[in-house]
Amino acid sequence: MIQRPSPIALALAALVAAFLLAPLLAVIPISLTPARFLTMPNGELSLIHYRELIDNPDWARSILLSLRIGLVSSVIATALALAFALGVWMFQPPFAALLVGFVMLPMIVPPVVSAMILYFFLTSLSQVSEAVGYDTWLGVTLAHVVMIVPCATLLILVALAQVDRRIDLAARGLGASPLQRVVTIILPNIRFGVLTAALMAFILSWEEIGVTLFVTSVNAITLPRLIWMGVHDNIDPAIAAISVVLIVITTLALVGRMLVQRDEPA
Amino acid sequence: MTTQRLAAATTPSSLTGEGSSQAAGLASDGRAEPGGRMTGRGASKWVGLCFIAPLIAFLALVYVIPLAGVAEWSVTLPKPGVGQYERLASDPLVLSVFLRTFRICAIVTATSVAAAYAIAYVWVRGTRMQRRLTELCILIPFLISILTRAFGWLALLSNRGLVNSWLQASGLIDSPLQLTYNEFSVILGMTHVLIPFAAFPLASAMRAVDERVLLAARGLGASRLRIFWSVFLPMTASGVIGAALIVFVFTLGFFVTPAILGGGRSIMAAELVYLRMFQSPDWGLGAAVSVTLVVIVGLLMAALFRLARPALLGGAR
Repeated sequence: MIQRPSPIALALAALVAAFLLAPLLAVIPISLTPARFLTMPNGELSLIHYRELIDNPDWARSILLSLRIGLVSSVIATALALAFALGVWMFQPPFAALLVGFVMLPMIVPPVVSAMILYFFLTSLSQVSEAVGYDTWLGVTLAHVVMIVPCATLLILVALAQVDRRIDLAARGLGASPLQRVVTIILPNIRFGVLTAALMAFILSWEEIGVTLFVTSVNAITLPRLIWMGVHDNIDPAIAAISVVLIVITTLALVGRMLVQRDEPA
Repeated sequence: MTTQRLAAATTPSSLTGEGSSQAAGLASDGRAEPGGRMTGRGASKWVGLCFIAPLIAFLALVYVIPLAGVAEWSVTLPKPGVGQYERLASDPLVLSVFLRTFRICAIVTATSVAAAYAIAYVWVRGTRMQRRLTELCILIPFLISILTRAFGWLALLSNRGLVNSWLQASGLIDSPLQLTYNEFSVILGMTHVLIPFAAFPLASAMRAVDERVLLAARGLGASRLRIFWSVFLPMTASGVIGAALIVFVFTLGFFVTPAILGGGRSIMAAELVYLRMFQSPDWGLGAAVSVTLVVIVGLLMAALFRLARPALLGGAR
């Protein structure tokens, strides 16, 4: 029988939990201020900053751009990651660990260095083709694929590690081709892991800022890029409104998942 | 930053190592089967290459070759030679940035690992309700963009923010306290980002603790504090080391949170790269700082795998 945490342990954890939630809760009152600058509402509440999100077309435009980049880059990244992970799992090439380590590079290298590398790549590409280089949506998509592919690969490899190899061996023994093995045996077993990988890849692209900041200037303004301009260059309370919207969506999704999911026994 | 978060959430151990030797044995048995005609040795090698090659080729082209390009910048801009690296070692401004980076990283590592330990403890050992609540408190901030969270700290701490408004309304202070745009707010903001990253490896180390050992200590009459201090904490020490190394590596490359909460005053190494690329261009120096960061992170990762392998494998066993 587990001895449950003592009141002191609970108090410490509650303190940390309050620390974790405080800045998220703090944006709610700020988003309701009638003033045009970051301040607490002084008696009267107003929704002008939420109105601003609808009235100013920049917000809708950047949300649509982020959605498009997120969808395209997560599909490409998941496809590349899936093929790679299947190849490593099915064929067990020599130096498999080294290959996996190589794919994980963009996750391990400091993001600012990745940003510099992708800036170098895309500005070089711009000299070849204007459409896919620096400050284009395709260029940002390429950069995002690099940044999210390690995570997708990791999640698919984890899903594959739980598949019983003997069913694949049985299929192979019965003469199934590699393609048949993938489509009829392996994919049905890891479909949940692949979906999770695609979803996580989308979320990472959706909120990517470090690299996006380096490879865009005026044309490809994603949602985080627009938020960055509102936070870093001048503090705009509309940021509080969009933050509240994003926080509410995330919280609802997590609470919903928790209610659906059955708890593991303890 | 964001792409790195799964590294903490998922341990790399389960990927390639364990089980593969056994599986390889099975595979070679499988090859000997008469039915495996499509997957003869030579053919399967080529098919396997078709699966693996696209991603490797993509990353080589888009990531590794340009990395060489950045390294080249560091020794050719503005003029060929190792001048930029000499500047790294001698320029007092650059040195102070690196010194501040290491100081902030060390403080953030200590605070976030300690805080994560407290919350991970309840996450692992609490009642069902406590576990669910702590999980929400860890996952909600984890999934929200670091930009939004940095803005949240501004909302809380800026001159007209929550804290200053309350303090002024209650008459405790006359003029607002300067709580943002300094090292203090950078450390708070970074700790906030890194607590979940530290909580994942810590929780997996705590889950691996054998309950019977704790029961034995209890049976022998140890107090709760004693059980924690001389049994539980030492058994999760490898998790603490692993978490600390992960947090330290992540903080080194941090730049969005310090850029917003530091307000250009407490510049860290990664932000220096950004500034030298876009505000007062000096690409050679930016590239040299980048290469230095990669080398430091590479060394720390090597240490991580050497020292904390047991922690990453999820065991205090």
